[in-house]
Amino acid sequence: MRLAEAWRVASDALRANRMRSLLTMLGVIIGVASVVILVAIGTGTKQQVEQQVEGLGSNLLLVVPGRIEVGNAPVVSPLDLSDADAVSRVVGDPGRVAVTVASGATARAGNRSDFTTVQGVLETTPSVFTRSLSRGRYLTGADVDTSRRVAVLGDSVARALFPDRDPLGQQVTLAGVRFRVIGVFAPLGQSLGVDRDDEVHVPVTAAQRLWGTQRIDGIAVKAPDRERIDELGDRIVAELSRRHPDTEFSAVTQRQILGVLGDILGVLTGVLAAIAGISLLVGGVGVSNIMLVSVRERTREIGLRKAVGARPRDIGVQFLLEAVLLTSVGGLTGMALGVGTALLVDAFSPIPAAITWWSLALAFGVSAAVGIVFGVVPAQRAGRLDPVVALRAE
Amino acid sequence: MTVPAVEAVDVWRTYELDGVSVSALRGVSLTIDQGEYVAVIGPSGSGKSTLMHLLGGLDRPSGGRLVIGGRDVTTLTAPELATLRNETIGFVFQAFHLLARTSAVDNVALPLVYRGVGARQRRERAAAMLGRVGLGHRLHHRPNQLSGGEQQRVAIARALVTEPAVLLADEPTGNLDSATGEAVLELLERLNAESGVALVMVTHDQEVAARAHRRIAVRDGLIRSDSLHDRPASDGSGVPATLDPAPSAEPRSASGSGPGHPPGGSGGATGATGRLPWEDAG
Ligand SMILES: Nc1ncnc2c1ncn2[C@@H]1O[C@H](COP(=O)(O)OP(=O)(O)OP(=O)(O)O)[C@@H](O)[C@H]1O
Ligand SMILES: [Mg+2]
Repeated sequence: MRLAEAWRVASDALRANRMRSLLTMLGVIIGVASVVILVAIGTGTKQQVEQQVEGLGSNLLLVVPGRIEVGNAPVVSPLDLSDADAVSRVVGDPGRVAVTVASGATARAGNRSDFTTVQGVLETTPSVFTRSLSRGRYLTGADVDTSRRVAVLGDSVARALFPDRDPLGQQVTLAGVRFRVIGVFAPLGQSLGVDRDDEVHVPVTAAQRLWGTQRIDGIAVKAPDRERIDELGDRIVAELSRRHPDTEFSAVTQRQILGVLGDILGVLTGVLAAIAGISLLVGGVGVSNIMLVSVRERTREIGLRKAVGARPRDIGVQFLLEAVLLTSVGGLTGMALGVGTALLVDAFSPIPAAITWWSLALAFGVSAAVGIVFGVVPAQRAGRLDPVVALRAE
Repeated sequence: MTVPAVEAVDVWRTYELDGVSVSALRGVSLTIDQGEYVAVIGPSGSGKSTLMHLLGGLDRPSGGRLVIGGRDVTTLTAPELATLRNETIGFVFQAFHLLARTSAVDNVALPLVYRGVGARQRRERAAAMLGRVGLGHRLHHRPNQLSGGEQQRVAIARALVTEPAVLLADEPTGNLDSATGEAVLELLERLNAESGVALVMVTHDQEVAARAHRRIAVRDGLIRSDSLHDRPASDGSGVPATLDPAPSAEPRSASGSGPGHPPGGSGGATGATGRLPWEDAG
C-alpha cells in the first residue's frame, strides 16, 4: 500500500471518531502548549532580568558586607557614611559613589496611605544608577547635608497617594514624620513580579534620623574605567576590610550578577519545561490507550483487510500513522495555542514571555516522537492479528 | 489437465485450548480445479469454515501440504501469503464484512489498494465490477444505506475485483431471506460460469448444494464424501470442461479411516468421483 493511501486511511479513521480524536489530541495539545508557554515565560523572564541588570551599566560595582552567593544569609552591615567617604577617596570621585539604607514604611498623604520602601540615599544616585525623573527635581547635596525632610516618589507611590493631584510640594508622612515631595521618578515597570516604582527616596541623613541609626546597607560605585573594574573592587574591599576587620565584604560587577541570575533562571526554565514535559507524556499515554481501543474496536476491519491482501506491515503502518497524525496535529495545534497564549501573556500581563525556536522544535519533535513511541505497540498488535480470529471478533 | 487452483494433501488443523488439542481438520485432501463449482456441506462444527480459511490462505495448516496457485503455503512468509491471497483468492463471508463508513465503490476497490493500483484505476475497476453485480446505480451508497442482498453483492464484487482464481463463499446466503439469497446464489453461479472463477461455497441448504457440480461433505474434520454430478436440467450451464468425470479411487468417507488415514497416495481421492450417496451430509 502506498504511503499516501495509508495517510488517507488514517485521517479518515480519525475523522470518523471526531470527538474521540479531539479529546485524545487535547492531551497532546495541552502538553505541547504548556511546554511552549512555560519555556517562553522562563526565557522571557531571564531576558528581562538580564536586560535590567545590563541597564545598570557594565561599570557598576556593588559593595556589600558578606558574600554574594546563593543561599548565604544576609549580614548586618557595619558600614556608615564615613565608609562611603573612604570609598570615595579610593575611587577619587565622590560623584561616582552612592549609598543606600532602606526599610519598609507606610507613606501617608491626606487620608490615603501606601506601604512602600523608603531608601535613604545620596544626591549621586541618579547618575550612578541612571535614573530619571518625570517631574520636579532630585535630592541635592544640601538636602543631604542638612537632613532636609524632602522626598522623591516612585511612580506607583505618587499614583497611590496623589491619584488626582500634583504631588509636587505636597506633604507625605513617612513613619510618622512629614516630608515634602520635590520630585517623581519616571516609571520603570516590573521585574520578576516586583514593582520597581514602589519606592521613596529621601536624604540618607534624614532616613538615618528617622530610624535612629548611623548604619548604611551598601555602597554602589560607578567605576571610571571599565577595564580596571575588578581591580577597583579589590581596592575598595581591601579598604573596607581594613576599617572593619571582623567583616567580609564583596564587590560584585554586573557580569557576576548576570552569571548568578542566569544560572538561577536557567534552572527555573528547565524545571518548568520538565513539568510541562510530564503533561506531554501523559498526553502520549492517552494516545497509546486510544490506539489500543481503536485496534480492538476495528479488529474485524483488520481481519477483512488482511483477508483481501493487506500485509502485516500495511496494517501496522496504518495504525502507526494514525497515532502520529493524532500527535502531530495535536502538536501543531498545541504550538499555535502556546505561541498565541505566550504572546498574549507578554502583551497583557506583567509576566514577560519570549518564544524560542528550540522550544517549538522540541515540543513538536517530542509530540511526533510520542506518537511513534506510543503508537508502535498498538500498531504491532494490529499488524500481528490473526485474520481468522480477527474476522470472528464482535 | 491444467494446474489446480488449490491443492490440499493430508491437511490437519489443530487448535490448542488450555493445553488440550482440538483438531478441526484431521487429514483432508482435495483439489479445486479452475472454474469448478463446489458445494461444501456438513453439520455445524464439522470444520467447513476452517477448511475454507485454509483453502484461502487465511490460515495455515498444522500439518500436511497446501498449495495455492502453485505455491506451497508452508514455505511462504506472512506478507507473501497476504499477497497470494490478494492475487488468487476472493472471500465472501456470511456477515458481509464491509467497511461501514466507506462507500460501495471504495469497499470494492479495497483489495486493489493492497495491490498498489492507483486511485483512479481502482475506482474504474470497482465501478465496473459493481455494474456486473447489478449495483451500477449504488456506487456511493454506504453499507447501512443498502439492503442485505445489496451488501452481499458489494462483497461479491469486492471478492472478484482482483480477478481471482478461486472464490470462497462461506454461507453467503446465511444472513439473507430466501428470495434474496436465491438472487445472490444466481449471481455467484453466473459469475462462476462467465468468468471461470472456481466457486467453493459452504451451504446448509441441500437444494443449493444440489445445484453445484461437485459436493464435498465434511464431518468431524474429515471429508466423508466428494462427489461429482450434473446440474439440474433447469440450469443449463453444464459441467465445467476442466472436470474429469471419470470415477476416482475409493471415497474416504464411508470407510471412516479416521485420524490415522492413508499415507501419500491420498491425493488420488481428490477431484472427481462418481456419484456417491449423499445421506451423510445432513
Ligand atoms: N480458534 C479456534 N480455537 C479452537 N477451536 C476452534 C477454533 N476455530 C474453530 N474451532 C473448532 O473447530 C471446529 C470446526 O469449526 P468450524 O468453524 O470450521 O465449523 P463449521 O463447520 O464452519 O461450523 P458451522 O456450520 O457452525 O459454521 C469446531 O469444533 C470449533 O469449535
Ligand atoms: Mg462455519
